Parts: sequence; C-alpha cells; structure tokens
Amino acid sequence: MMGLIILVGIFQSWNVALSIFNMCLISAVMTMGANVQWGYAGLINFGLMGYAALGGLAAVLISVDPVEEAWRAGGFDILMCLWLIIAMIFIIRFILKHFEKTKIRTYGIAGIIIAGIVIIRITSESGIEAIEAVNPATTGFLGGLGLPIVFSWIVGAFFAAGLAFVVGKVALGLRADYLAIATLLISEIVIAIIKHEDWLARGVKNVIGLDRPVPYEVNLQEAEWFINLVTKFNSGKLELISNIADKQAALNQLVIEGSSVFVKLCYSGLFLIVVIALLIVTQKALYSPWGRMMRAIRDNEEAANAMGKNVVKQHLLIFILGSAIVGIAGAMLVTQDGLFTPGSYRPMRYTFLIWVMVIVGGSGNNFGAILGGFAVWFLWIEAAPISLFLINLSTVGLPETHELKVHLTESVPYFRYLMMGIGLLLIMRYRPKGILPEKIEIK
Amino acid sequence: MDFLNAIILLLNYIFVPALTYGSQLALGAIFVTIIYGILRFANFATGDMMAFGTMVTILITWYFQSIGISLGVLPTALLAIPFAIFFMIGYMLFVDKFVFRYYRVNKSPPVQLAMVSIGVMFVTQAVVRIIIGPSDRRFFDGEKFIIKAGEFKEMTGLNEGLAIKSSQVLTIFITLILVSILFWFLNKTKTGKSMRAYSDNEDLALLSGIDPKRVVMITWIIAGILATIGGALYGLDKSFKPFTYFNNMLPIFAAAIVGGIGNPFGAFLGGYVIAFSEIFITYAYKKFFMYILPESMEPETLVQLLSTDYKFAVSFSILVIVLLYRPNGIFKGKVL
Repeated sequence: MMGLIILVGIFQSWNVALSIFNMCLISAVMTMGANVQWGYAGLINFGLMGYAALGGLAAVLISVDPVEEAWRAGGFDILMCLWLIIAMIFIIRFILKHFEKTKIRTYGIAGIIIAGIVIIRITSESGIEAIEAVNPATTGFLGGLGLPIVFSWIVGAFFAAGLAFVVGKVALGLRADYLAIATLLISEIVIAIIKHEDWLARGVKNVIGLDRPVPYEVNLQEAEWFINLVTKFNSGKLELISNIADKQAALNQLVIEGSSVFVKLCYSGLFLIVVIALLIVTQKALYSPWGRMMRAIRDNEEAANAMGKNVVKQHLLIFILGSAIVGIAGAMLVTQDGLFTPGSYRPMRYTFLIWVMVIVGGSGNNFGAILGGFAVWFLWIEAAPISLFLINLSTVGLPETHELKVHLTESVPYFRYLMMGIGLLLIMRYRPKGILPEKIEIK
Repeated sequence: MDFLNAIILLLNYIFVPALTYGSQLALGAIFVTIIYGILRFANFATGDMMAFGTMVTILITWYFQSIGISLGVLPTALLAIPFAIFFMIGYMLFVDKFVFRYYRVNKSPPVQLAMVSIGVMFVTQAVVRIIIGPSDRRFFDGEKFIIKAGEFKEMTGLNEGLAIKSSQVLTIFITLILVSILFWFLNKTKTGKSMRAYSDNEDLALLSGIDPKRVVMITWIIAGILATIGGALYGLDKSFKPFTYFNNMLPIFAAAIVGGIGNPFGAFLGGYVIAFSEIFITYAYKKFFMYILPESMEPETLVQLLSTDYKFAVSFSILVIVLLYRPNGIFKGKVL
C-alpha cells in the first residue's frame, strides 16, 4: 500500500501523494471507529456521518476566536435556552424516576417537551436574529473559544460520545437492520441542525480559514532555516545551474513546492501519532478480558447474558467508544482542510464509503481496518485516472470526437462508485471476512 | 367566504402536494416492505433502483419523442413506462441471480444482505450517472395544469387560487389503481396468498409445497413495477436528479418503518403519514389564520412550527418516536 502511494509520488507529485496519504490516515481512524463497533461488538452504525460532522463542529467551536459583538447581541438568550434545555431534561428525569408508568405520565412528558420547545423558540428567536445580523458576511455566529485546534480532537471525541450516548439509549435495543436505518436517519437530523442553525457554526455559509496546528506555507517560504534546508536537500540539483539568476528562480520554485510538502508532512506526523496511539489502545483492548467479553456478546448475546454480563451496558459503552473515535477523525479532517462545510457531509461519502472500508479491510481486525482505509481511499482518489486510462484504452479505435468517447470521458468521476460497488460485491462474495480476517488467539 | 378561502388555501398548499408526495413515498415504501417481508433484508439500493427505472423511462420517452409519438395532453412518459417496466424487471432478476441469490441460498444473516445491497446501490448509482449524468432532467410534456390558479379564482370568485397539476392527479390516480391491484393480488389470488404465507413463515410455506423460487421471482417482478412507476411519477411531478432519488430513500424507509415494515398496507399509509406530517409541520399558517381569525387577533409571526429546512428531519423524528414507542410500527409489521 505504501508502495502504491510512493509510486503516485514519483509519477504524479509528492504533494498529491502526501494528501492522499493524509486522507488515508483520517479514513483509517474513521474505519477503526466503525470497526470497534461492528467488528468487536457487531453493532451496525450507519450514522458515522453525524459523528464526523460533530467532530468537525468541535474543531470550529474550539479554534475560532469568540465573536464578542455576537455574544453581546444574543449570547444571553442562547445561554438561557441552554439552561432551559438542561432544566427540561432534569424535570423529565425527575418525572421518570418518581412517578409510576401511566398514560398520564406519558402525555405529561410529551406536554413538557412541546411546551419546552415553544418556550425555547420564543426566547431564542430574537437572540438568534441578533447574532446572525452581526456582520453576516464574515461572522454571524457566536464563534468559538480561540484555543489551539488540536484540543478539538479530544473535544470532538466528547461531542460524538455525547451524541452516541443519546442515540445508544434510544436505538440500541433495535435489531440490526432497524438500528442501521435509525442511526442513518438520526445522523441526517444532526446534519440538518448543523446546516441550518447559522448562529452555531454559520450553517451552509461555511467557516473558512481555521487555525492550523502547523506552520503556514507563506511563513515557511520566508523563513531562513527552511530555505537553508531546501538548499541543502537540493544542493546537487542546484549546483548544475551556473547562472545565478536562474539558480535563484529554481531555488524559489523548490522552496514553494517544498513548503507545501513540508506542511503536509507535519500533518502526516500528527495524524500518524493519533493512528498509532489508537492502534495500540484498540489492539490492547481486543486481547484484554474486556475484548473477549465483547466477542462473547457479539457471538452469542443470550449466553453472555446468562453468564452475568450486562449486554445492554456493554453495547452502550462500545457504541460510545467507537463513535468517539469517529469524532476524532471528523475533527482531524476539518483541521487538515482548514474549513468546515456542513453541506459536504453526505451519507455516500461519510457513511457508506467508510463501511466499504470496514468490510473490505476485514471487520474485527484493527490492521484490517487501517488497510481498508488506505486501500479504499487510494482507489477512491485514483479511480478517475485509472478509469480514464481504461476508457482511452478500450476506445482507442474511435476518433477523438466520437460521441461515446466524449460521453464516457465526461462521466469519469462516477466510475469510482462503480469500482467501489464492484469491489464491495466481490469481497462480500469471495472473502466475506475481508482482506485481513479477524484473528483470534486462543491461549 | 373567508372560511372557504382558508380551506382552499390549505387544499392548495398542504393537501394536494402532500397527497402527491405521499403517493410517491407510498409506492417506494411498499417496494421496501415487500422486499423486507419476503427476502428479509433492508434494501439500501431502493432509491437508486427507482432512479434506474426512471432513467430507462426517460430514455424511452426521448426515443418516442424523437420519432414523433406522443399522447397529446398526457405525458409521453406514460407510454414509455410499460417498456421501462419490462426492462426493469429484467434488471431486478439479473441482480437477484448474480448477487442476492448466493446469500439467500446460503441463509446469510439479514445484515450481510443489507451490506450487499449497499454494493448494489454503489453500482446502480454509478451506472445511472454514467449513462444519463447527474444533472436535473425534466421529461414532462403534454398539458401541465388541470386547473390553473387564475382560472379557479375567476370561476369561483374567491381570493385564493387552487392549482392542480396534471402530474399530481396522474400520480394519485395511478398510485390508487396500482395499490388496489396489488392488494387484490396479495389477498385474492393463489400466488399472492402463497407470497403472504412465505413471508409469514418460511418453513411452513415450504412444507405446504410453495415454490420459493417462484415467490422470490414474483417479488422481484413486483419490485420492478413499483420501482419504475414510483420513480417515474416522482420524476414527472418534480424532476429527475439521481442525487434526489438517493436521498428519497430515507423518507421512504421512514414510511415503511412507521407503517410497520413487512406490511404493505402499513407502508401505503406510512407514506401519507410522513408526507402530511412533513408538510403540516413546516407550513407557515399565517395566511390561514388571517382568514379565519378576526382582524384584531391576527398573528404577527409566520406561525410556522419548524422552518422548511427541517422537512426531512421531521419525518426522521417521527420515525424515531415510532421506533421508541411502537417498534413494530403503527400497524403490526412482519405480516405481508
């Protein structure tokens, strides 16, 4: 796999190769999250998209500087609403604990929820309007805390874990395919909220220019040490050029290229740390007594239950853990892109593609998950050039302007779906356990 | 008079659109539910199969238009649908033979079949986009309106107009006919009864000599008919865009589950439940209240429960509530 990426580096460019590599790392983290749920415990979670988006939201809320004007305009209303929601939850909990289950109680709770929503809408409306009116072209939202963005990786995990707690409480009792549909639909609700609550993170207006944990290219290009570094690396190449002006131009070019490669390398380093840390933790967990228990629950729920294992609690726990990992990946993704675009969260890309990675790589095997993330993302990106090559090869006899050839060349981007689908079907048929199947050591 | 105006307003903006949208969802939901009841898996390729059927319809419509065949006031697509259905049935049987049958014979768990259907979804989506492209296509021709808003105002002398598109009437009409035939088939004919028996208890059905291959084949044939007609009607009423079809899978699932998955009648009603609640909750009632309330009590805000951005979220929330309180759906599921 690494060899393939290096080949891309040699034939296309190191920039492309590194950006593929970084996305592969992020995909690997997401896949590990899904693998913890599906491979360890057999829980099917089609809501990955929602958790990834929450991770991204965390990145925005942590790193952006607070918009003080907006806080003055409507912060009070929003805080009031937050308190109202918390109060509502506590009242409902209180009722659930202290009253017998009757029809009156059910209707009462429904009434409280409806009344609460109406009150929240009334209190929040003016505040939201005021916040969105503050300089709508650039801010129009409350902003964040102004902390370094790397913190958001942890916060994103907590956000996703919080959502997973609620979803798990609601939906985990359902049987497998219901659970798949329910989680998918809940994640759509989450995306709808992020998209349309502009005061939170600007909604579809996107947040751009997030802080970076690594240096900016522009700064690097002016830094003395970096130019020296590039000169040192390319001394052989530069010595061949005798003309001083040409030499300077070549050096400039090299510095510009080198700076973006350097930035990507920094990201790769950060992501690699996360991937390796997660790999160690998940590997340890897999072979621990806890991992054995999860497998026992997965393979025979009733027997595990009879042995005194709390299946419901363990399911909830692993659902939260897996979702938290996906949340980290979501935050990493936004960190790398430097922008948060709620409109880009689509189930095709963030749920089904990740599931293809899990299935192809091998469920229940962490190395399989990483391999799946790498292989599938690589194919996803390189599918277009590969299919273009194949189209040119198969239509070589046709003239350039032939209708079929033009049509096929135009629809090259969609061949990646075809490849994914056929790949998934083949793997499901001939290697249902994935490329690297689960290995269980019995000592 | 004001009262009549208010009713016409609701008819025009809520009732007619919701009935149309509900019919389109209902066809899809019955498709999902029949597959679930007999083949026992959640078919994630639903939306894309419908897109495929619509694409074939569009291609045949274009062919007819190019050689000058048309139905006059009715859209040409109606003529193309039967041919598209034949093609689609072929496609369904092809997919079943080369993909799903292997897992059915091996008695794979439903989750695995659902995963396989995701593979089918990817492939179908790719094929649709490669053949017809991802852009918006309109293929409606013929008379567009049955009643225009202006004509209605003149006719009745009311302030509010009522516009009824012919595609809306066609959708409702065809859905009702199709669903009646389907229920007649399932309840009265021998084949239909054998399908219901198979859905209810596979082993018992096999014991009583029902041929599973035949049941499965007929299921796919019905699925092909429903997918083509449901998709084509949606495309006629709105427009054809592969991505919208993929997204429609979600409210369709919601409708099927709300109605009790595996129960076609529940799915049929579930479609309308989802459609009506989506439109009821996101409609701004300001004008309605302006008509029925005295002037002093007129509302100042839009009187909208949720903004239209949350249209999809409404149906999903209903689904979550139903799953919580009645996991089997409003009508008990798992009986075809």
